Amino acid sequence: MTQPALRQSVGSPFTRILAVGAARGDLTVTNDDIAGPIDSSDEWIRQRTGVITRKRASDKLSAADLATAAATEAITKAGIKPSEVGALIIATISNTVQTPSMAALVADRIGATPAAAYDISAACAGFCYGIAQGDALVRSGAAKYVVVIGAEKLSELAKPTDRTISFLLGDGAGAVVIGPADEAGISSTIWGSDGGKWDAVGMDRPLRDAFADPEGEYPTLRQDGQTVFRWAVWEMAKVAQQALDAAGITSKDLAAFIPHQANMRIINEFAKQLEVPDSVVIARDIETTGNTSAASVPLAMHRVLDEHPELSGGYALIIGFGAGLVYAAQIVRLP
Amino acid sequence: MAHSKDEVLAGLAALVNDETGVPAESVVFGKSFADDLDIDSISMMTIVVNAEEEFGVKIPDDKVSELVTVDDAVNFIVSAQS
Repeated sequence: MTQPALRQSVGSPFTRILAVGAARGDLTVTNDDIAGPIDSSDEWIRQRTGVITRKRASDKLSAADLATAAATEAITKAGIKPSEVGALIIATISNTVQTPSMAALVADRIGATPAAAYDISAACAGFCYGIAQGDALVRSGAAKYVVVIGAEKLSELAKPTDRTISFLLGDGAGAVVIGPADEAGISSTIWGSDGGKWDAVGMDRPLRDAFADPEGEYPTLRQDGQTVFRWAVWEMAKVAQQALDAAGITSKDLAAFIPHQANMRIINEFAKQLEVPDSVVIARDIETTGNTSAASVPLAMHRVLDEHPELSGGYALIIGFGAGLVYAAQIVRLP
Repeated sequence: MAHSKDEVLAGLAALVNDETGVPAESVVFGKSFADDLDIDSISMMTIVVNAEEEFGVKIPDDKVSELVTVDDAVNFIVSAQS
């Protein structure tokens, strides 16, 4: 008996980011607003982080609300119908429930049904992980258009008295639409993990401890800043160089460098180690948005294009890195 | 080639100056990086990474927090060379 051959999907040979959308928290929180509980000052926070103000969301605004706004802008700018979205991926550590996903809710809200919808957990690398997946889904034919969102409400995971990371954190969402293209618009992803540093950054205790001690504090974020700083600059500079090499370009060919907005000191030292030329625009959205984990790269991309619309069509090096530890980097053509 | 204690001190002082602007002549034995020289944890890590390259040694993350004074750093680097 002969078996009929299976059909396998075939997608577009090339992909690109068609559009980007952004939504930030509705509150502007100054350093003076948060300095008291950490016995600090505006000057101390600026000097160590480069953050002047951060955007945070009020009680009425959830991470899913921010994701919905960002995705709506991206889809509108891309000029596609929500019903054409084949998959919607949200990178987040801010979903308020362990299941169901934030992605299913946002897909329904924006009318992207019945798109495949799921969340991914790769912390500050999550958006770039999502770009890798979105690119692969379109090239394989599994979806024609993929919406990739980074969405966080990290203020809910911040502890006012924590001096390691909480004062950096902000709320926001950034979204892109990935679709077919006539030429290469997303390079090979360089990604990976180093679970040997699993406890360098993350939650300060498991949820089950909170369940066992309802009177205790809810788990919040903390980090070993020195370990993360060394890894984020010197190890990630190697990953960024690998991404450039894999794409077949050099840093001189870049229009923009858009790293995860972890800390201005990391961004500046990273650019120095990578020897980014002066001609390249370096994203520094952290200054007024704060560190928004998975949302930081698309938010920073959106701001770069707002301030430098002439960079549209140019190459940007994007790299996310964070809790896991995990990382991912690509070169993308800016929408 | 192993560096002497004085050579390590001079090299370290130059690295501190390069990263923070603290005058090299202020980086002397008996001084604390944080309390006397006002060097924060991020600058300290940059100095550590540059010292690794300068002196050809490895300074693990968990050792960095133990390098409180100039003496701690110089002694660690000198012993790590041998």
